Amino acid sequence: MLKYILKRLSVAIPTILLLIIISFFLMHSAPGGPFTSERPLPDEVLKNINEKYGLDKPIYIQMFNYVWGIVTDFDFGPSFRYKDRTVNDIIAQGFPVTLKYGSWAFLFAVIGGVTLGVIAAIRQNTFIDYFAVGFSISAQVLPNFVMAPILVLIFTLYLGWLPGGGWEGGQIQFIIMPVIALSTSYLASIARLTRSSMLEVLNSDFIRTARAKGLPRYKIIFSHALKPTLLPVISYLGPAFVGMITGSVVIDMYFSTGGIGLHFVRGALNRDYSTIMGITILVGVLTISFNLVVDILYAWIDPKIRY
Amino acid sequence: MIINKKNIEDFSKNLSELDEIKGRSLWHDARQRFFNNKAAVTSLILLSMILIFSFLGPLFAQWSNEEIDWVILGDISTLGIPSIETGHFFGTEELGRDLYSRVIQGTKISLMVGVIGALIAVIVGTLYGAIAGYFGGRIDGIMMRIVDILMSIPYMFVLILLLVIFGRSIFMLFIGIGLISWLDMSRIVRGQTLSIKKKEFIEAAIATGVGNFTIIIRHIIPNLLGIVAVYATLLVPGMILTESFISFLGLGVQEPNTSWGALISEGAGTMRYGTLWQLLFPLFFFVVSLFSFFFIGDGLRDALDPKDR
Repeated sequence: MLKYILKRLSVAIPTILLLIIISFFLMHSAPGGPFTSERPLPDEVLKNINEKYGLDKPIYIQMFNYVWGIVTDFDFGPSFRYKDRTVNDIIAQGFPVTLKYGSWAFLFAVIGGVTLGVIAAIRQNTFIDYFAVGFSISAQVLPNFVMAPILVLIFTLYLGWLPGGGWEGGQIQFIIMPVIALSTSYLASIARLTRSSMLEVLNSDFIRTARAKGLPRYKIIFSHALKPTLLPVISYLGPAFVGMITGSVVIDMYFSTGGIGLHFVRGALNRDYSTIMGITILVGVLTISFNLVVDILYAWIDPKIRY
Repeated sequence: MIINKKNIEDFSKNLSELDEIKGRSLWHDARQRFFNNKAAVTSLILLSMILIFSFLGPLFAQWSNEEIDWVILGDISTLGIPSIETGHFFGTEELGRDLYSRVIQGTKISLMVGVIGALIAVIVGTLYGAIAGYFGGRIDGIMMRIVDILMSIPYMFVLILLLVIFGRSIFMLFIGIGLISWLDMSRIVRGQTLSIKKKEFIEAAIATGVGNFTIIIRHIIPNLLGIVAVYATLLVPGMILTESFISFLGLGVQEPNTSWGALISEGAGTMRYGTLWQLLFPLFFFVVSLFSFFFIGDGLRDALDPKDR
């Protein structure tokens, strides 16, 4: 097991470094420096600014400093657009928001999807099964940027039940719509995966044996069928996580929740390179570590994987 | 048991008919299975209708997509509603431009992005996967490790980074989407190549001295076409979703061009002023087309994938 974890780490860490280096060079190949504006700054001022941000040093030293700052202090440097804020400030402000509704959405998608899928498989070819299948097919074409306006249309404009945006410290009524919009398509995918996997498991020999020796139904499902059913779902968690963290950009924009997605798009529109790089790297590190955890979890649960 | 004379006659008739039936090829079989799938056929018809609409629609348009209707500009929410009289069949958008023409333009661009993105993915992914699978060994290991690494990067963020740095244009969007879309395809193709390369006809080709790349192009890739076709159809909606996502954020297609994502974004921004049609028309086209692509892809998979028979 330890060897397997080390092997995975030996891939994950170079990947993260590669991501940092690639985005660093992308940023530096951009036409125009961060301080080029319509009104050119006097040479001396520019020189001082460059010195302050360390831009006068050769590029490999700049890169080394940047990577070193991230690795040792988790420091992404100053924002190029807001003089008084560092990228860390921006992340510290936005990330808790994203984390809060993101984890609710993730939980909702996983628990809801698995429950729906299991019920649909147990009650195959009944009303609830057709509902689950129909729902998971239609949710394919309802990505977050389609769900968000539809939800606002129904719950804010017609029913007037929920506020159409804002955060206000994360009160429940501000979280509901972001969570639903973000999780719907993943909930549907998980439900479909669970259903087909559960059906396959229920038809296998060891379940027949369990039935033959007279175990009650709930016991068969919970202590025998559920664990093998969840294997494909676990391997889907990685892509779902990536999808949700990407989708949070839309949620932040549409519901004005103020998470990192908002700062990312603002940074993209303002050409605030250090902010978008910092967020890209943060998201990359999160994704890669999450995938690592999922892989380890998978290896731990699946008896067929030998390391 | 009573032997029914009529049954026997039917049977002999069937037998004589059987002689006349031609041999069925794999593709013939697949076509038949596909056309028996009602959802797939309906989707194909719907999608063709949308395609025809995007080409013939401009003939009926009373307004171009750039003209501003100054008469109604002051009061879009009442004067800009869809109507035959004013010539705005789908109403107008926030700036007084004709939504009908805008939707046609957006449909064209979104479909183009989807198809070209999928095309890049097919060409690059097939070649890459076939080469990795055919050569195997260390080359395969390195090539697939690169794919693994690229796949674990949150590509939407990198794509936006690319768009910011090199300017927001359709061309850049194509490059960005093309850079990442081929990864899945290359994995699938590699897996198939691994099983194909063990077949006798490849061995025969090697024995007669055919070069490696000729084998890949002439013998391996043609045998992959079925599975490539299936995943290509499923890739098109994926590409459209990616493009719409980016355009929804205002980072993709730029004015005066538009796409479904951009139109949905505009409509979603203005719906609280009562101009609901600005959201619903683009949304309708988006949803129907994506549905159709998914069903066609599913139909093709059922028709071509030998596992599910």
